[in-house]
Amino acid sequence: MMSDLNKLTIAGARDALRKGDTTSAELTEACLTAIEGARALNTFVHDTPDQARGMAAAADTRIKAGDAPALCGIPLGIKDLFCTKGVAGQAGSGILKGFVPEYESTVTQNLWDAGAVMLGKLNMDEFAMGSSNETSVYGNAVNPWRRAGDDTALTPGGSSGGSAAAVAADLCLGATGTDTGGSIRQPAAFTGITGIKPTYGRCSRWGVVAFASSLDQAGPMTKTVRDAAIMLGAMCSYDAKDSTSANLPVPDFEAALSGDIRGNVIGIPREYRMDGMPAEIEKLWADGTAMLKDAGAEVRDITLPHTKYALPTYYLIAPAEASSNLARYDGVRYGHRAKLAPGDGITEMYEKTRAEGFGAEVQRRVMVGTYVLSAGFYDAYYNRARKVRTLIKRDFEQVFEAGVDAILTPATPSAAFGLGEMGSKDPVQMYLNDVFTVTVNLAGLPGVSVPTGQDAQGLPLGLQLIGRPWEEGDLLNCAYALERAAGFVAKPVKWW
Amino acid sequence: MSIDTATAARVAKLSRIRVEEDALLALAEEFNTILGFIEQLAEVDVDGVEPMVSVTLMRLPRRADVVTDGYQQAKILSNSPGAREGFFAVPKVVE
Repeated sequence: MMSDLNKLTIAGARDALRKGDTTSAELTEACLTAIEGARALNTFVHDTPDQARGMAAAADTRIKAGDAPALCGIPLGIKDLFCTKGVAGQAGSGILKGFVPEYESTVTQNLWDAGAVMLGKLNMDEFAMGSSNETSVYGNAVNPWRRAGDDTALTPGGSSGGSAAAVAADLCLGATGTDTGGSIRQPAAFTGITGIKPTYGRCSRWGVVAFASSLDQAGPMTKTVRDAAIMLGAMCSYDAKDSTSANLPVPDFEAALSGDIRGNVIGIPREYRMDGMPAEIEKLWADGTAMLKDAGAEVRDITLPHTKYALPTYYLIAPAEASSNLARYDGVRYGHRAKLAPGDGITEMYEKTRAEGFGAEVQRRVMVGTYVLSAGFYDAYYNRARKVRTLIKRDFEQVFEAGVDAILTPATPSAAFGLGEMGSKDPVQMYLNDVFTVTVNLAGLPGVSVPTGQDAQGLPLGLQLIGRPWEEGDLLNCAYALERAAGFVAKPVKWW
Repeated sequence: MSIDTATAARVAKLSRIRVEEDALLALAEEFNTILGFIEQLAEVDVDGVEPMVSVTLMRLPRRADVVTDGYQQAKILSNSPGAREGFFAVPKVVE
């Protein structure tokens, strides 16, 4: 029997399973043991060990029979946002306490059809609204990384903070995430792993609890670019149950990983060079640029003039859509219902239920969204934001039309910060975390975060590559070239 | 644009979220911070720009207007905090 099976990559485990060097049962047991030993990270919030063992046994039978798909027998963690039939999930919110979905999301169904094993549900910011996993009803997920010589608890990022921490700590081989404004890419960068948000429409949103429907996309969070390619391929499909699902063939993303990017044109957008950007992030970006150049790419300075307006556009459109989507939590069909006083009617039931069930950040966004959509402000706020969104997308279209294949930017403005360090006085400070990632959601483009360096305190830092719509294969190949050149192999020192 | 406590109370009401009287001032301040931040959009020239309807240029698919699913009453009610006799039960709506 091989040791440290939970530390394998998906590709490594696949090869070992196919050769008969290990079994899914052994792999799964190694992950379940690692999860038990890592409660301090607060990543897994609903465990499914019995289901995992059953799925592993079925996968082993399938592997023995031959011709099993790449993900067959691979143990994964699932973000709490995905509905999983018969398994509790509450999107990190108190308002969905006790909710047990009667149906399976299309993305997770695709994973189970491919033979993947479900270990449990992962911590996240409430309704995916947050950049630090601090808005979760389950409490903070904790980053397995720490600053050198310092035991301050750090955020794994958010909203897919539990997914990122679980993958970085080798509790699972990969995890699902979702990304509305950077919720896959920012936590991936904070934990030294890879995360890709595909083109809007690649992954079905059916059965994924909605935050902002025109921005939400699911994607994989993995230890390597190759693993991201394998897992993304299994997650994507055309789905008639999601009217925005793209009816396009899903290519073999792993087959696109040649590592050859000679002749590719990489754009470096000048607007992403922010005032006060830490020198370490500047250097990380310059180093990444040099790596791609050395690999044979042509590097070109580009301009995306409306970048500065992306964050305010996002923090208007996302709450507007959230206020509409979250209207369904009314204490009638599922989840929490407030105890009512004598004489309370249905309005009191709604108001008390939502005040008790939603956390502060979710309440804030629902109310901001309600305000910007209300009579008299709709044109000045919401319609104006939709027009600016058109301009932001046009910026990217013009760059791609001019022959740029991918765009290189930092993934985050800093390394992981301490839990509680960002404070709650000014919500806008927290929103600034998404400055490099929200443009990609607004334009519907694929974006991948790759770990390429560490800061002076030893914390991981990531770069983001942004690709052309539907060209995730080329984008992942570019990320693969960057990964190989950067040679990031650091792992967090186990303290948990 | 500055939000006062009366506006904050109105927005809370529209959102169907109970906010206690003594929390309205802090809420109004938070709104002002966030709206102050998104106010920068006013400086963008959007003359002649179409508001985005869909991020991908794709026609929404259509299907025949027929029932494709149903007869799942128990499943639909299974998560309700107030199901009774095959229905969702709520406090009295009509006097």
